[in-house]
Formats: sequence, structure tokens, C-alpha cells
Amino acid sequence: MKLFDNKIEFGGYLGACVVLLLILPAMNAFFPDGSALHFSSFQLSLWGKYVTYAVMAMSLNLLWGYTGLLCLCQSLFFALGAYAFGMYLMLHIGVDDVYNTALPDFMDFQGYTALPWYWAPFENGAFAIAATMLVPGVLAFVFGFLAFRSRIKGVYFSILTQALTYAASLFFFKNNLDLFGNNFILFGGNNGLTDFKEIFGYDVNAASTQRWIFVMSAILMLVVYLIIAWLLKTKFGKVQQAIRDSENRVRFSGYSTTTYKMLIFVGTSMVAGIAGAFYVPQVGGINANEMTPAKSLDVVVWVALGGRGTKFGPIIGAIVVNIIKSYTTRAYPDSWLIILGAIFMLVVLFMPNGLVGLPKQLAPVLARIRGNNSTSATPAS
Amino acid sequence: MKKAFLLFSLVWTALVGAVETGEIRMLLEDLALERVEDQEATLQILADSGDEYVTAFVDAWRVGEIREYEPEGSELILIQAVSGKYVRVATGEVIQISNAVYESLEKNRAPRQLRRLLTRVTDTIGLASKDVNTRVDAALKLGASQDPEYLPELRKRFEVERNGTAKKAFEESIMISLLANAETQEELIEAIARLGELHSIRAKDKILAIVDSAKEAGDEALLAAAQKASQEIADHEELLKHAGSFFRGLSTGSVLLMVSFGLAITFGLMGIINMAHGEFIAIGGYTCFVVQGYFSDWFGEGSAAFQWFFWVSIPVSFLVAGGIGFLLEKGFFRFLYKRPLESLLATWGLSMVMRQAFRLKFGAANVQVANPDLLLGNFEYAGISMSYARLFAIAFAGFVCVLTWLLLTKTNLGLYIRAVMQNRNMASSLGIPVSRVNSMTFAFGCGLAAMAGAVLTQIGNVGPTMGQAYIVDSFMVVVVGGVGNLLGAGISAMGIGVFDQFLQPLLGPVMGKIIVLGVIILFLQWKPGGIFPTKSRSMDD
Repeated sequence: MKLFDNKIEFGGYLGACVVLLLILPAMNAFFPDGSALHFSSFQLSLWGKYVTYAVMAMSLNLLWGYTGLLCLCQSLFFALGAYAFGMYLMLHIGVDDVYNTALPDFMDFQGYTALPWYWAPFENGAFAIAATMLVPGVLAFVFGFLAFRSRIKGVYFSILTQALTYAASLFFFKNNLDLFGNNFILFGGNNGLTDFKEIFGYDVNAASTQRWIFVMSAILMLVVYLIIAWLLKTKFGKVQQAIRDSENRVRFSGYSTTTYKMLIFVGTSMVAGIAGAFYVPQVGGINANEMTPAKSLDVVVWVALGGRGTKFGPIIGAIVVNIIKSYTTRAYPDSWLIILGAIFMLVVLFMPNGLVGLPKQLAPVLARIRGNNSTSATPAS
Repeated sequence: MKKAFLLFSLVWTALVGAVETGEIRMLLEDLALERVEDQEATLQILADSGDEYVTAFVDAWRVGEIREYEPEGSELILIQAVSGKYVRVATGEVIQISNAVYESLEKNRAPRQLRRLLTRVTDTIGLASKDVNTRVDAALKLGASQDPEYLPELRKRFEVERNGTAKKAFEESIMISLLANAETQEELIEAIARLGELHSIRAKDKILAIVDSAKEAGDEALLAAAQKASQEIADHEELLKHAGSFFRGLSTGSVLLMVSFGLAITFGLMGIINMAHGEFIAIGGYTCFVVQGYFSDWFGEGSAAFQWFFWVSIPVSFLVAGGIGFLLEKGFFRFLYKRPLESLLATWGLSMVMRQAFRLKFGAANVQVANPDLLLGNFEYAGISMSYARLFAIAFAGFVCVLTWLLLTKTNLGLYIRAVMQNRNMASSLGIPVSRVNSMTFAFGCGLAAMAGAVLTQIGNVGPTMGQAYIVDSFMVVVVGGVGNLLGAGISAMGIGVFDQFLQPLLGPVMGKIIVLGVIILFLQWKPGGIFPTKSRSMDD
């Protein structure tokens, strides 16, 4: 079975493989600092962040672009994965030289002397990695079961997922939770988890470690791409797209659309969770800001700008928007939100197929301009 | 002769009704100069008058600011120094003497016995004040002191008191005083029982102390009575707490209601999810701020006209936001009809732009909007204190409901709106100007949100992100209520507001929110279309 639709896509995929897996790491490793070809470690981890964002965007695209579910809790799943792995990293910082304990510093501040039971298992790396998928997966399963069972769809689904994200971010912004007289320490509150030192025995801040994490994030993205490409060619993928186009007809044809939607929802939540796990060591921290409803909507605009319902679109969208963001937040900090907001509005109004669909959208216009240069090119519609 | 007449007239007025301040002054001067015949009767008149001047006089007396002066050809009079001037005690008229003369005058010193009696009068004089609140405060203060000397006076006043609130306060004070001064065990138990019935929160600590001491002494009867009373009081406190939560919930719900009406209309009519709706709340808040600025420029902040800024800014904010909404509908929202998911994204972009615009114009920090005097303070009913600002929010929400109802049912526009909601194409082909109806309705919804924002300035903060705090909740309201259904939106706004406020004291604001969300999701399991689902025969694909 052919995974790629055409030669352009295949070429683009190969190109991405070469650039991400060979050229960028090599430029970082083999060219000395100051050389024109040097790709700094800062740049590399920045691009690593983009890559994990792209994975999150791809997972959302599978939900929104191919199943028609506009989910506003993708950033929540991403952040949950990030927190799960961040907890592992947090517990391997080593002994604090002020308090002389191996506990995370925010537990020391509050006078905790032992790890609470829900923190303890995350000392184990294998458990933490499993949790990066299982925690978002279980949440998605429970929420999806309730939502899809009562046939909540369309905007209602979006509104409810947004509310879920909102509630979760409130929860993670808290330092402690007092529940029926018991005090539970949570996950670092506003500051979140940061100051990591070690990852599976290696120094997390060393250039070589960062390079490996970057390569692995890139591999994750490329593999997820292949999986999505494969899935869309299977019968499962066809049903999924049919649900997007006309859910009732699919249901009347005897398919359990609820099951399909559940599987997609849980699956994409796990992918977002893994992406979050790769995000943490490259950015060096995670806090509740990453899971606010606003962040979820950001992901949606990446997908929309790149082109929803296209395989490459979300990757392009995530990277383009974040490059613009990195640039404008430094150059014009006041106008960043206005630019992002304008992108939202313009993309929705004028670019329904995103950047990837732009050539196709402009083709008739261009053809008309070329065809009859003499007459003025007035849009037909 | 003159004095006899005076005394007669005083006794007479005391019997008939209130004594005038002028007569009280005269009486005080005579009393201090020992010119009255029946001292006891005079003191009684003073005590019954409840006049504030008596207290002022005794205070001045104590610090030696009452002096004796004998003008030429006249009898001895008393002079009091009042803010740099010298005033005759008996008449209140200003006496022209120099400071040096005043300093040379002898201080009036009444006999110790009289002084003691007068002090007692001033202690209890509040009980006879004309003002109910003063009477209540005085009674509660005396009761809390548990001084047996005041008991007879309190009892006497309790008998003659007519005002219900004050009578209750007197009784409560007597019983509190009895807790320490009861002569027999029966009297004590009776007082405790009565305090329990009165739900006296002030007596709670004292009764709890009695519980402890009764436990030690092994006094079964007393212990039982005290425990019963303290339980009654605790129950009442709990009730008050719930009533307070309920009230706060109603006011939060009122704001939600005004916000979600606009949302429900735009969603029901145009199929638009307006994420920028919250920013129209902020427009209302900032309009208040700007109008306040103009008023303080024109009239000055202390002036009476400044108080009017808030009442002016409510309609102004409706017009401003309505105008902006109208223009946005023409230039932007029009392209999003019946594309709910896309509209959600585009309006979110608009929301970001607007928030940033607020931030650039007014700064990232919250701005201050003053409270008009009318909305300051609390209204007390049966122990529940309700702030006027929140009461106003509830009343205003009621007004908005009526306004919307009238618009929808009694005007042509309302008829058109309902027609377009039911079937856009059919309405259009029957000659209803659909696009104008859309613009007007959208503007109306935005105006409602802005008025909610104007009301919010009195109970919350005004800042660039003030709308964000309400937008998630108001979407919940619309979903729970049933899309485009105003009655449903109203019920669910109140329900969510009250439920939220009840959970907050129990679980904290964050867990409260999370539980509310959980309950909403479970509720939608039971009624997926909300309280009043839209009835339609069409399949929605």
C-alpha cells in the first residue's frame, strides 16, 4: 500500500528526514561556535520545541481535520504528558543543598518530609513514560465516553472541552488542595516543574543530550506522520472521514460512530501526551500556563493556518506561527497578540484550506489573470 | 415662679411625649447649678429624652469645659466652649466674651452624687434615643457588659419599646446580661433557652462557656439547656451562611444571565459562537471608566453631579457596545453565519485583538471605577447582610429580562427575530429584512453584555481580561439552557451561579468550579439538548 499521495509529498517527507535527522544535528555537533554553519544548541532546542508542537498539531488535525471534532483540550493532554515526565525529571534533581532532601523544592517549602503517594511512582522512569500516555488517555476515555455517549458534538463538544481545559488549568495553578480536611500538595502551582538536572542518568542540559532529544522528537514526528498517513488509507480512516462529512449517514449504515470517535479521541490524546513528554526536557520546565484554553486555541490556529485536513498542514502551521511568534515577541512585544488575532480572523475568512491549500485556491485566479490580461480580473463569487 | 412653670412644663411634656432639645439644655443648666427642686424627676426626664446633647454636656463637664459666668445684672449662667466659641448651655446662644475672660472663669463642679447619677443617665440614654439603630446599639453594648446596674433600665425600656427590632435587641441584651446576673438557677436556664430561641449569635461564646462550666460542675439541667441553645444558635448561623451564599449566587447568576442572553441570541439566530462576547463586557466596564473621567473633569469628584456618572454610563455603555457590535456584524460576523466552528476561531482572534487593544489603551492593570454613594453599604434583613451593589445587579438583571421579553414579543423587530430564528430562508422570502434583523440583534446582544460589564464595575474588577472570567461560564449557561432559548439561559444562569457559590465555601473556588463542570457534563448525559432543547425535524448534517 502506498503511504504517500504524490511525489511532492514523498519528496517533502524525505527532505524533512534529512534536515531534521542529519543536517541540523550535524551543524550543531560538528561546526564550532561562531562558524557560519553552526546551529546553536539554543536554536536546536527551540526547533525541538516546534517539532513537539507540530506533533500536538498533527494529533489535533486527526481529530478536527479528519473526524470533525474541534477539540479544545489538546493542550491539556500535551501538558499532562509534560507534567508526567516532568515529575520524573523533578524527582531526579538530586539532593537540595538548602534543605538536604531529595524532594522537589516546593515540597520542602511547605514542610513535607516524604513524597505523597501520587508522586512516588514517578521516580521510576518506565512508569513515567507509560504515564505520559496513560494519564491523558484515561482522561480522554472518561470524558469521551460521557460526551460521545450522549452525542455531544459540534460546537457543544468544543465548549465542553474548553471548559475541561479551563477547570484543569485552575487545578494545576493551585499549590495545595484541601479536600475534606486532608491537604494534598499538587504540582508546583504557578511555577510548575523546572530546574531539571538529569534524564536517565545523563545531564539534561548538556549539548549532546539535547541533540539526542531533538533527534528523538524529530523521529517521533516523522513516525506519527507515517502512522497518520497509513491510518487514513485504512478502512478505519475512511469511516473516520465519513463521520466528519456526515455522521448520521455513517451511523445509519451500521457503524458505531461512538466507538470510532472514542478510539480517535483517546489515541490522539496519547500522541499529544508523548509530544508533551519530549517538550519538557527541551524547554526545561512545564507550568499550568501551557494548558490554558488560550493555548488550546493556539493549536487550533496552527492547524487552521497550515491547512486542516491535510497531512503536512499542521506541521507547517505550527512551525510558521511559532517562528513568527518568536520574532514578534522580541521585536514588537505589544503587537504579538494583535498579529495572532489577525491571523485567526484572516485565515478563517479568506484561507479555508490554509497555507497548504493556498496554491490550489489561487490557481483559478492566477489562471484568469494570465488568461485574459486585457479584462479586469473580478472575482466571480 | 418661672422655675415652677418650667418644671411643670417639663413634666407635662415628659408625660405627653418627646422633650425638645432646648428644654433639655435649660434643664441641664439648672440641674448643674442645683436649682431644681426634684432632682430625681429631672434625671428621669433627661434619661427618657434620649437626647444626644446630654451625653455631649456630661463629656464637656468631665473635662472642665463647662464654666460658670455671671453677666452684669443677670443670674449665674453656664458657658460651654464649642469649637472656639462660647455658648450658653441653657439656650445655645453665643456669648461674646474674650478667651482671657473664659479662662478666668470658675469650672462648674457639681456634687459627686449628682455627677454619678448623670453619668449613669448618659450610659443608658442611648436606649431612649429617637433613632432605632442607636437604641439597638446601646442596648447590645449594655447587654454585652453584663453589668447588673443596667438591668432595671433595660427591663423598663423593653416594656415600653414598640419597634420590633429594638424590642428584640433589648430582650437579647437582658438575657445576655442575665447569663452573668441571674439570681436563681431557673432564671439562668430560662435566659439560656430564650437566647437559643432568639438565635443570639452574640451570646454564643458565653453559652459555650456555660456548657464547659456546667460539664465541670456536673449540672445536668443547665448543661442540657445550654447545649440545646448553642445548637440552635449554630443551626441559625449555618442558615445565615447558606442564605448569604444563595444571595451571592443570585447576583453572580444575574451577571451571567445578562452576558448569556446576548450569547444565546447570537447563537440561536446566526449560528455564531462569539468568543469575543466577553470583550463586550470589558467595553462596558471601560465605558464606565471613561464616563467617570469625563464627569470628574466637568463636575469635580466631590460634587453631587459626579454621583450620576454610573447611572449615565449604563445606557452609554449599551450604545457604545451596540454601535461597535453593529459595525462588526456588518464587516466581520456576517461572513461567519452558520459556520459555528469557524466562527469560534475567528471570534477568538477578534477577542485577542480587542484584549490587546484595551491593554494598549488603558494599561494592563485594573482601572478603578468609583461606587456611587447609593450603592455603598449593606442592606440587612433577618441577619443576612446584602450589599446594595449586588442587590442592584439582581434588580438590573430582572430589568434586562423584562426588556428582552418586551423586545422579543411586543416589537416588530422581535417578531422578525423569532421568524429568522425559526427559518431563515422562509423569513427572507416573506420579505423580512434578514440582514438588518441580524445586525440589530447582534448589536442588542453586545449592548446587553456591555451593560453587564457596567454593573460588574460595582462588584468586580475592570481590566483587559475581565470578560475572560465570565466567558467560559456563560458558554456553559447557554449549553445547559438549550441553545437560543432565553428562558433556559435564565434558569441555568441562576442555577449555575447559586450552585457555584454554594460549593465555593465548602471546597474552595477551584474545586467548586471543577465540580460544577463535572455536574454539567453529567447533566448533559441526562438532557443532551439542555433544559429546553430546540425542537426540529431536520437532521443536522
